[in-house]
Amino acid sequence: MAVDEKTVRRIAHLARIRVTDEEVPHLRNELNAILDFVAQLDEVDVSAVEPMTSVLPMELRQREDVVTDGGYAERIVANAPQSDDNYFVVPKVVE
Amino acid sequence: MTDLTRITVAQARDGLKARTFSATELTQAHLDAIEAAKSLNAYVLVTPEKALEGAKAADARLAAGEAGPLEGIPIGVKDLFATEGVRTTACSRILENFVPSYESTVTANLWRDGAVHLGKLNNDEFAMGSANETSCFGPSVNPWRRTGSEVPLTSGGSSGGSSAAVAAGLCLGATATDTGGSIRQPAAFTGTVGIKPTYGRCSRWGTVAFASSLDQAGVITRTVRDSAILLRSIAGFDPKDSTSADRPVPDYEAAIGRSVKGLKIGIPKEYRVEGLSPEIDALWQRGADWLRDAGAEVVEVSLPHTSYALAVYYIVAPAEASSNLARYDGVRYGVRVPGKDIAELYENTRAAGFGREVKRRILIGTYVLSAGYYDAYYVKAQKIRTLIRQDFENVYASGVDAILTPATPTPAFGIGEKANASPVEMYLNDVFTVTVNMAGLPGLAVPAGLGAEGLPLGLQLIGRPFDEETLFALGEAIEQAAGRLDAPRWWS
Repeated sequence: MAVDEKTVRRIAHLARIRVTDEEVPHLRNELNAILDFVAQLDEVDVSAVEPMTSVLPMELRQREDVVTDGGYAERIVANAPQSDDNYFVVPKVVE
Repeated sequence: MTDLTRITVAQARDGLKARTFSATELTQAHLDAIEAAKSLNAYVLVTPEKALEGAKAADARLAAGEAGPLEGIPIGVKDLFATEGVRTTACSRILENFVPSYESTVTANLWRDGAVHLGKLNNDEFAMGSANETSCFGPSVNPWRRTGSEVPLTSGGSSGGSSAAVAAGLCLGATATDTGGSIRQPAAFTGTVGIKPTYGRCSRWGTVAFASSLDQAGVITRTVRDSAILLRSIAGFDPKDSTSADRPVPDYEAAIGRSVKGLKIGIPKEYRVEGLSPEIDALWQRGADWLRDAGAEVVEVSLPHTSYALAVYYIVAPAEASSNLARYDGVRYGVRVPGKDIAELYENTRAAGFGREVKRRILIGTYVLSAGYYDAYYVKAQKIRTLIRQDFENVYASGVDAILTPATPTPAFGIGEKANASPVEMYLNDVFTVTVNMAGLPGLAVPAGLGAEGLPLGLQLIGRPFDEETLFALGEAIEQAAGRLDAPRWWS
């Protein structure tokens, strides 16, 4: 399943990473090398195998659905590149 | 007076208790050593004021007889652990100005026990790399050099700052993280000890996430005993990490010196891979002999799906990374590069903020999770991961207590020496270590001597889930036989 340049651009857009025209051929080659490498998995018969969903056998804990934290908006936005009155500021999203 | 940067955690603990030296003296000695070793690029941020303040408080508690188990022990912290009020970057440009308002559970446990925070240690960007070369601060440098050579070598990755600092005497111990070998490979490259505990043993809360089903925090130290001491502090249940194990933490140090007589050690035949250097093969044999001499029984075992582990890893880890790193979008924290709309802001920010290797892994991860490929890649990889785990379960069910393997296929290589290597070639560094993360098992890297070029070589012990104690007992037996390695301090 080799990827072409169009696929590289589509994947990069899905990942929200801008790629330049010069980068695309390199990325295509690198991605294909990795995909070639993982293609060896095709030889393994997994028809009767369950995928791993938990690294060690453990039940996912649940807790009471109550507020346990919060009340310090100014700390949440402290590292924001742009904020105003404890809100994150972004370019206009809705016209 | 003893050089306080050459002692162990255990010796420091004794010396502080006996008031042979103060925590302030011990910390100052390390701050001076760090200053003199800037060329190693082990630290990306030194916090001398915080360290001396911590040491002063430790001295007060020692004087008052209220000392914690790690009172006054100076520790370096991998820059992947969030530290409150202290810049935490994951060695990525995208987080170059990030100052957490919270403390990771692992580091909070160390400070609770009295440890002193020296500063933040270099690592590969978001822990993605095997040579510390993807760090936005540049590579850390191995204190070890080939005999008669001044060529700078890698201290390994991703915890390359941790391994370099411990080997060079720039801290008594360091925190580290391991997703595919990032504690054990750097430890092996620097003649230090590295423990990657069982998945769930240490909380992942407050640690910058790479691949959540593989990531586990641990430590790098100069002796096996020191690893046991520090692990006891950082391990434990944390309700803030849903995969944290709710079980008591044993006194790991009590396992040091415990007899290994009668223990059954497995040698997996599939680890005799092509390209294994003859001296590492010989070292592996020697390691088995040492354990046999100590009374253990050595048997050959089979882990038939070993050869698929790397391929599985390079699907699962990038997939989880692509999801975890979605949070770096230039909105809530980190660097922002403006754009004409929000989508362009995201794309510009991530293009400028992430390095090449990180981008490559995010793209691979996005691809294998994308519509139409999820089953073929991700689900298939998780199925083979089940088979890899079953391999280990079968070996342990047959009565094997631990598995012995080399830690790395080669000794440390030159910085930039593999600059033209393909990504896949670089990934081969992890060939002996990734299976352990796949199965969530504990793994310990122990120095086992110097190779022909005068460089440290390491062995790896793999244990049953939550049986770190057996690893420490066996690791101590190897350390006793091999002797400790001390890097020559050519920089000062």
